Amino acid sequence: MTNDTRSVISLRVNDATHRLCLDNRRTLLDALREDTGHTGPKKGCDHGQCGACTVLLDGRRVLSCLTLAVTAEGAEVTTVEGLAGDGELRPIQQAFVRLDGFQCGYCTSGQLCSAVGMLAEHAAGWPSAVTADLCPDGPAPALDAAEVRERMSGNLCRCGAYPSIVRAILEEAR
Amino acid sequence: MNAESSVPTAAGAVGVARPRVEGRAKVTGGARYSADEPVPGLAFGAVVVSTITRGRVLDIDVAAVQDMPGVLGVIDHRNAPRLNPEAGHFFGPDGGLRLLQDDVIPHAGRPIALVVGETPEQAYAAAQALPVVYDVRPHDTEFFFGHPAGRPASALFDGPVDVGDVDAELAASAVVVDERYGTPEEHCSAMEPHSATAWWEGERLQAVDSNQGPYQIAVTLATLFCLPPERVRIRVEHVGGGFGSKGMCGPQLILAVMAATRFGRPVRVTLTRDQVFLATAQRPATDQVIRIGADADGRLRAIDHVAAFELSPLAEYIEGCTELTKTLYAAPAIRTRLTAVPLDILPPYSMRAPGAAPGSFALESAMDELAERLEMDPLELRLRNEPVVGPVSGLPFSSRNLVACLRQGARRFGWADRDHRPRMRREGSLLVGTGLAATSFSTGAFPSTASITAEPDGTFTVVVAATDLGTGARTALTAIAADALEVGVEKIGLRISDSDLGPAWSAGGSRGTASWAWAITEAAAKMRGPERPATVTADTAHLLGELPSRERHAYSAVFAEVTVDPATSEVRVRRLLGLFAVGRVINPLMARSQVIGGMVGGLSMALHEEGVRDPVSGRHVNPDFAGYHIAAHADVPDIEAEFVPDHEPGLPMGVKGAGEIGNVGTAAAIANAVWHATGVRQRQLPIRLDRVLED
Ligand code: FES
Ligand code: FES
Repeated sequence: MTNDTRSVISLRVNDATHRLCLDNRRTLLDALREDTGHTGPKKGCDHGQCGACTVLLDGRRVLSCLTLAVTAEGAEVTTVEGLAGDGELRPIQQAFVRLDGFQCGYCTSGQLCSAVGMLAEHAAGWPSAVTADLCPDGPAPALDAAEVRERMSGNLCRCGAYPSIVRAILEEAR
Repeated sequence: MNAESSVPTAAGAVGVARPRVEGRAKVTGGARYSADEPVPGLAFGAVVVSTITRGRVLDIDVAAVQDMPGVLGVIDHRNAPRLNPEAGHFFGPDGGLRLLQDDVIPHAGRPIALVVGETPEQAYAAAQALPVVYDVRPHDTEFFFGHPAGRPASALFDGPVDVGDVDAELAASAVVVDERYGTPEEHCSAMEPHSATAWWEGERLQAVDSNQGPYQIAVTLATLFCLPPERVRIRVEHVGGGFGSKGMCGPQLILAVMAATRFGRPVRVTLTRDQVFLATAQRPATDQVIRIGADADGRLRAIDHVAAFELSPLAEYIEGCTELTKTLYAAPAIRTRLTAVPLDILPPYSMRAPGAAPGSFALESAMDELAERLEMDPLELRLRNEPVVGPVSGLPFSSRNLVACLRQGARRFGWADRDHRPRMRREGSLLVGTGLAATSFSTGAFPSTASITAEPDGTFTVVVAATDLGTGARTALTAIAADALEVGVEKIGLRISDSDLGPAWSAGGSRGTASWAWAITEAAAKMRGPERPATVTADTAHLLGELPSRERHAYSAVFAEVTVDPATSEVRVRRLLGLFAVGRVINPLMARSQVIGGMVGGLSMALHEEGVRDPVSGRHVNPDFAGYHIAAHADVPDIEAEFVPDHEPGLPMGVKGAGEIGNVGTAAAIANAVWHATGVRQRQLPIRLDRVLED
């Protein structure tokens, strides 16, 4: 069997470049966790069903368990470790701490990256399944609790921290 | 300290809302969970589980994968170390722990081999390629009340009771409800899959494992591998939720230890998500019949609660569905029976609010049906049947604030305006209904040790083998230690999460915080004694026995408002309010998160969760998050939770537990609201679309 085919790639993670020789089957999630030392992104299902592995790829949220690492060459990957620049927490991170937007914390890095990506999508005018007015020339949809819940539904939290996560995101959006 | 004399301390940390001490680590990715621990020279184990439900393994063709790239080897029943059959837990010896000991397959999803490789990809590729030949035997996984294999459940707790003459009281009742309620198999579904990394350091076995109590797990593991307990050390820094599924010595840990021993290097075993569904604890299905009789004024005459649950012949277990029935309402006659039905399934175990969650769904649905037939306000029915002493035990209540929960909740929710007839409220095309449920959850403590050292710099090192699954234990115990030592929280250095820290109970049974806090306050009392020793250790084992017999429970009242779309049958929970009496609240911010999280779990139980089994293969057909739905953001409204003043006189700081009670009443409150909206009773969970508008 020839299933040890490997590739050498450069991976940009949180503004640093990593030169890696990777099994072509390695997911971006496993490359981050096992090769570049970024264990902030979590593996909750490995099947794109829970959102715990969410990272930003060129600013857009992706499920790193469904992304092969070799396809991320040339992109800017941002993980939860890269959200706080220079040790200063971003306001949304502060809001998660202050409003208790987590319990066990296992889904948290995915929730945070997803929220950052989601807010950018909203700012760019992207509608969601609960957006009433889909007219492309209309005003950007207001970001209320229902919009946040809909747009964040790919990020499961078994501890049930949803109400305070939504509060923290709405605070950031304001 | 005398067992009943504890008085709330005047100092400052307990009762203050304070963010978690590990908050920053959790929002920056710095918090380390079991699979995050860097270990040099690590190999990876991939678990192979049985695809058949009952039978034997005829052959595992190791040679077919041995030469695949990176494969170090395969462990199966032919070469695995022998395990001690006495190993078990609370309920006795557990055959579920005895992995790879023989060729017998007792249930689908049973681990039958571990493939170890240099990388996760190599190990998984070989595990998927590993040929297994089975001898398939007929199985029985079909659970129902009158199953011929049913037998009385173990009476270790929630044993049968007979108070008064149930049949005579029912015959004399003006109204009788006699209905059957069911709950399906449910999965704990913590977001962190079970992961363990094991290695040997000289004579000592070291492991990092996701579990709910490193000390208890280390004791079980030592027994299982016939090692002296001091040669086993288990650590667990952060745990990504447990909800019961990490209360036991898990398959990941047992297999990692086997592999580390065999290959002489550190091995990490992480279950895949479907393996978490198939091979770690689930809540068993229940089938329950309740008969309640009352006078025309709503005073109960009798409750008869007969419940059955499924288990495995491998291990004893009790799903104590009838426990609340013995304490929640006054009635001159109460009878309970609990039947266990052994089937070819994974041994069930405690899932958040075991027994109480399914049991209260039946009891509080039946109470709502009684109110309906009496044409009475369901709130009033509950208030009218408030007991003075334990209706079965005859013991006084240590503190009972259910009425305060019901009354304050009703005021806040606007219950007084409710038209109690069903299907009376519409908003546009939607049907709207409200419902409530009352609950209790038993409270207490288990033995624990703790030690405190006064450091030269004026700080205190507080050591207890607690774990923090997301409960906030770190933050709560820091506050408790600060108050007990009468210093500020900044003077406390807390060490938890390590079996070397001494005997301690696990996080479970809503007793973690109370048990650990008791040991800490005992140690602190010694520390402040006349001798002022540098290091003190306390063990609460003897104190627990001195605690007078009382009915000790936390209470809550849950109110729900739902909308039902008559075209699609979709149920949406629009409002959810819980009022809680959980003793002294250590940290209102975290306690609120915990009970709200419990209510989210209850909502999920009400509307979504159902482990579905294929009767032909006996296997779960939905062992993943695409098929087994747990509540997501869009399912959950902005839940409200409040605490009524409460105090548990028997436990230090007056604490009860808040870990599970949030789960308990919510399913019934939602089911009762769905009836109020539609006029259709929901006696089987979850409240699926196909059940909403048809009977
Ligand atoms: S781990 Fe990627 S979605 Fe669950
Ligand atoms: S905080 Fe535990 S899963 Fe979200």
